[in-house]
Amino acid sequence: MKFADDIVNTVTRIILPFIMLFGFYLIFQVHLSPGGGFSGGTVIGSGFVLFSLSFGISVQEKKLSHRTSALLESYGGLLYIFLGLLGVLTGYNFLTNNPVFPLGKPGNLFSSGLVLIVNIGLGIKVASTIITLFDSLGGEDLE
Amino acid sequence: MKQTIAIFLLVLIGIGLLNIISEMPKFGEKGNPAQNEIYERYTEKSQKETGSLNMVSAIITDYRAFDTLGEATVLFATIAAIYATLMSAVAHKKRDNNRNKKHGDDQ
Amino acid sequence: MRFETLVANFYYLAAVIFFLIGLYIMLTHPNLIKKVIGMNIIDSSIFLFFVAVGYIEGGSSPIVETAEEGINYVNPLPSGLMLTGIVVSVSITAFALALIIRIYHFYGTLNVEEIAVIRSEQK
Repeated sequence: MKFADDIVNTVTRIILPFIMLFGFYLIFQVHLSPGGGFSGGTVIGSGFVLFSLSFGISVQEKKLSHRTSALLESYGGLLYIFLGLLGVLTGYNFLTNNPVFPLGKPGNLFSSGLVLIVNIGLGIKVASTIITLFDSLGGEDLE
Repeated sequence: MKQTIAIFLLVLIGIGLLNIISEMPKFGEKGNPAQNEIYERYTEKSQKETGSLNMVSAIITDYRAFDTLGEATVLFATIAAIYATLMSAVAHKKRDNNRNKKHGDDQ
Repeated sequence: MRFETLVANFYYLAAVIFFLIGLYIMLTHPNLIKKVIGMNIIDSSIFLFFVAVGYIEGGSSPIVETAEEGINYVNPLPSGLMLTGIVVSVSITAFALALIIRIYHFYGTLNVEEIAVIRSEQK
């Protein structure tokens, strides 16, 4: 089905996997290079917005419905609070890193326990925020 | 008339701000008051205590993780406020359309 | 006002100039969306000012390299604090645009002077 131009459709189909891969790379390399949860989440959200701009809102509703993105946003915040309460349940302060989560060798992918998992939750939250914003602010006019 | 008042106000504020930044310490020196013992603690010990090579990520998710929790709350409150502002208008329009359709069917 | 210090701290001078430009845009244009753009420019100037305070001459970016000792790092603390500020600025812009959508559906125009005329006639 054609919603926008031919050029926009073709370029979106070629580029969109690389945009998502770059977003996940920024989230997962939070402790090794500049990046983090906020910038990675914004890139993933912008990928979804590009998809719905060139193919129409009704196609995007099948891939990621409105209810799913609202649930994902709540679960991102709840993951943060659950990780903090894990520190309380084992006897230390709220949101501790050193004795509760395993610190590996510096430079590995799965080192520095709390930093990586919290940023994954933050990335999911920011991405679903941008998708919900686009759907409610400008989505009713796009078919 | 509005433009002259605006430019006069901007000149006043501009002179005040320029006086402030001409009294600030020199840009980029090592002995600035912004580089104190907190800076030394964060740059020397952040790699041993948190295990991450990125100092900014270690600051915002380990040393000051509670502020980032507040920021996640701000994101959630924004989405709730925008949804409440916009979806009530859609609900009003749908209710008015249903009401008009019902009256049209009766007649 | 000493002029040699003013020119030596040219990052702070650029931040003040952006602040004044944003304030001028907010004060004079009668369109509502242009006022929101002016508020966004003011926020960006504040972030530039704070991040420029933490710079050290000859310092490298704050990623630890496990090679040698005695490296100067740029102060990472103002950059971390301004991340929260950027998120708050985006939130305020989004909410202002949502309110502008409701105002347009109610009054039918985006001009501040025409809205004031309509409101004074409604009483």
